[in-house]
Amino acid sequence: MQKNLFLGVEAIGQGAIDGGISGVYAYPGTPSTEITEFIQESELAAELGIRSKWSSNEKTAYEAALGMSYAGKRTMVCMKHVGLNVAADAFVNSAITGINGGMILTVADDPSMHSSQNEQDSRFYAKFAMIPVLEPSNQQEAYDMVREGFALSEELGVPVMVRITTRLAHSRAGVERSEVLSSNELQLPSDPSQFVLLPAIARRRYKGLLEKQKDFEKAAKKSKYNSITKSSDRSFGIIACGIAYNYLQENYPIDDCPYTVMKLTQYPIPEKMLSKMEKHCEEVLVLEEGAPVVEEAVKAAFKKDIKVSGRLSGALPRDGELNADLVAKALGKEVLKGAEIPDIIVNRPPALCQGCGHQDMYKALNEALDTFSKGRVFSDIGCYTLGALPPYKSIYSCVDMGASITMAKGASDAGLIPAIAVIGDSTFTHSGITGLLDAVNDGSNIVVVISDNESVSMTGGQDSSALGKVESICQGVGVDPAHIRVLVPLKKYHEQMVETFNEELAFDGVSVIVFRRECIQAAAKRMRKAKKIKDNPKKQYS
Amino acid sequence: MKTDIVLAGVGGQGILSIASILGEAALRDNLYLKQAETHGMSQRGGAVVSHVRISDDAVASDLIPVGTADIILSVEPMEALRYLPFLKEDGYIVTNTTPFKNIPNYPNEEEILAELKKQPRCIAIDADAIASEIGNRRASNMVMLGAATPFIQITPEKIEAGIQRVFSKKGEDVVNLNLEAFRAGRNFALANK
Ligand SMILES: Cc1ncc(C[n+]2csc(CCOP(=O)(O)OP(=O)(O)O)c2C)c(N)n1
Ligand code: SF4
Repeated sequence: MQKNLFLGVEAIGQGAIDGGISGVYAYPGTPSTEITEFIQESELAAELGIRSKWSSNEKTAYEAALGMSYAGKRTMVCMKHVGLNVAADAFVNSAITGINGGMILTVADDPSMHSSQNEQDSRFYAKFAMIPVLEPSNQQEAYDMVREGFALSEELGVPVMVRITTRLAHSRAGVERSEVLSSNELQLPSDPSQFVLLPAIARRRYKGLLEKQKDFEKAAKKSKYNSITKSSDRSFGIIACGIAYNYLQENYPIDDCPYTVMKLTQYPIPEKMLSKMEKHCEEVLVLEEGAPVVEEAVKAAFKKDIKVSGRLSGALPRDGELNADLVAKALGKEVLKGAEIPDIIVNRPPALCQGCGHQDMYKALNEALDTFSKGRVFSDIGCYTLGALPPYKSIYSCVDMGASITMAKGASDAGLIPAIAVIGDSTFTHSGITGLLDAVNDGSNIVVVISDNESVSMTGGQDSSALGKVESICQGVGVDPAHIRVLVPLKKYHEQMVETFNEELAFDGVSVIVFRRECIQAAAKRMRKAKKIKDNPKKQYS
Repeated sequence: MKTDIVLAGVGGQGILSIASILGEAALRDNLYLKQAETHGMSQRGGAVVSHVRISDDAVASDLIPVGTADIILSVEPMEALRYLPFLKEDGYIVTNTTPFKNIPNYPNEEEILAELKKQPRCIAIDADAIASEIGNRRASNMVMLGAATPFIQITPEKIEAGIQRVFSKKGEDVVNLNLEAFRAGRNFALANK
């Protein structure tokens, strides 16, 4: 059969289309973004009428997906790991409401923080909400697990998490597709109280969720994705989770491993499998990407005094991404050293593109703040975060999406005046609006810079929910229109930008300065797409 | 038979198109393949790397273990050296010599080239010059892909077919330019191997 060359994220997008979804909901975030982009660009998805526009943030995405599930249809919601913090309220409660149409949450973790502020492990969230997890070890499994995952969700009555990490997300391999499953008909839940989490109903449903745990475990035990391959050598056993299974295979091809191997790619961890390992092995090594979630569980489950090693014990590093070399070392195998990197090699950190509007904004901001002491600019997450690095060194915080405005407010409340927030347009509509409302209601003395490049650029130029709405949102929230200023960040307007900063820094209240110029990369992408449509007008584009 | 390739460059230099041409050609040749890429933050002018693993048998790890890569194929000279730890003892470096200077502290060019010369099996090629001569400097990555072919188990004909497929939408002239660049790179490598 013809194989498709798919990135892990593309395999997931195709798996969802072929699994019969009626819609995907998402907010961009590396390394999850291309799942939704794949569906947006898929001709089949367009033919099937699968909705796929971007949401304003992960919480709105999650809730919309839950609504689609309520209506009986299959749906997927995608985000990066920190996005689940934003959607956590909806997520945890959706385990209690349960689902109607099959629902998958695909969440992409980023161990080693290639493009993130932290490397939290989403399996903790799944355990917290008490729902099953599928953790594919390769691209084919990613496709199959997602395609089959909607039926699993419907069978178990809860959302199912698909957890991937950066490496699988952004690595290609040949993937075989299966037939396209048909989507569900519109059908409301048979119990009209299912989604009404009033205490009396919530208590009943929560008990139901607790009772279902054994079904989840049973499903994991009989899953074709979990297995134990026994060896006659009882001295050592290995539990390999998700992609770590590949790193084990790199060291010992499956049929050639001298030790007993438990492959774990569907959770909750089946207790029966663990007790088999306990009976059969004198020592167990846990290979897992992320935090020592399984290692801790194994230690707690084993009754015999068996040595358990992994990321907690120090057999593997506690932080950062795994690879075949680290696994080799943990297995006691010899690892090649490789040549040294010559001393003259220097780092090449990411930087703002030449001609980017954020640069002109920072140049003006730095000049306007020249007379003040340092440390008063709070920022946020996006391309403009690179303003923390030389030559700008303009900003002093980047914590979570939206925190620039609220942190500036808190610092201003504490007496740090002037306090400035620098936020991007997409981050503003993601989580900045409510903070601005707080500042307005409190009459805080802050200057909010919205560096509006009319795109979600850090993640590759997706459509911004803020497009054309920034000033009206600020007005609607209650910012005085006289203190909503709009400028074009170009060198020729430098003096005007500095002057505007000076005026608003002197104002005691909430000011918003919008710097608006389209991101150069997004503009180029837009023009490429326009050309494509012109060249081939009949094809459908989202 | 397997070929493990570390593909190196700077965000925006187009190493991902080399990777996708190789990947597609491998798949059509019924070979197994895994190809890990860098997306996200470092695509903003940072160092980017892709691990391409082609084999007759199933490939396990998406990443190449240290000290085992058959070749480092780099479109930038300093980036070639950054991944030296991955190269096996008798592995080849195939690199472009035109530097991409987007940082203020880019090392002395002569020293970089001297460091490359020290490597026992290194093919250094001014791909930008060759591509310019042919007609477009932007085809320099196809020069580099061509230069790597003597060390890759897929036949050049099959890679050429991949180039044709990838560039066909852009018209015959673009296809021919890229094919010519590819062949020039291959000839250079065969002559200087
Ligand atoms: C909760 C959360 N969701 C998603 C991301 C990923 N992310 C980082 S920056 C960014 C885009 C920000 O866009 P914008 O504010 O418009 O700034 P730009 O990059 O366009 O300058 C996104 C989606 C994240 N870090 N945290
Ligand atoms: S991608 Fe756009 S916003 Fe980001 S640095 Fe480049 S021009 Fe600026």
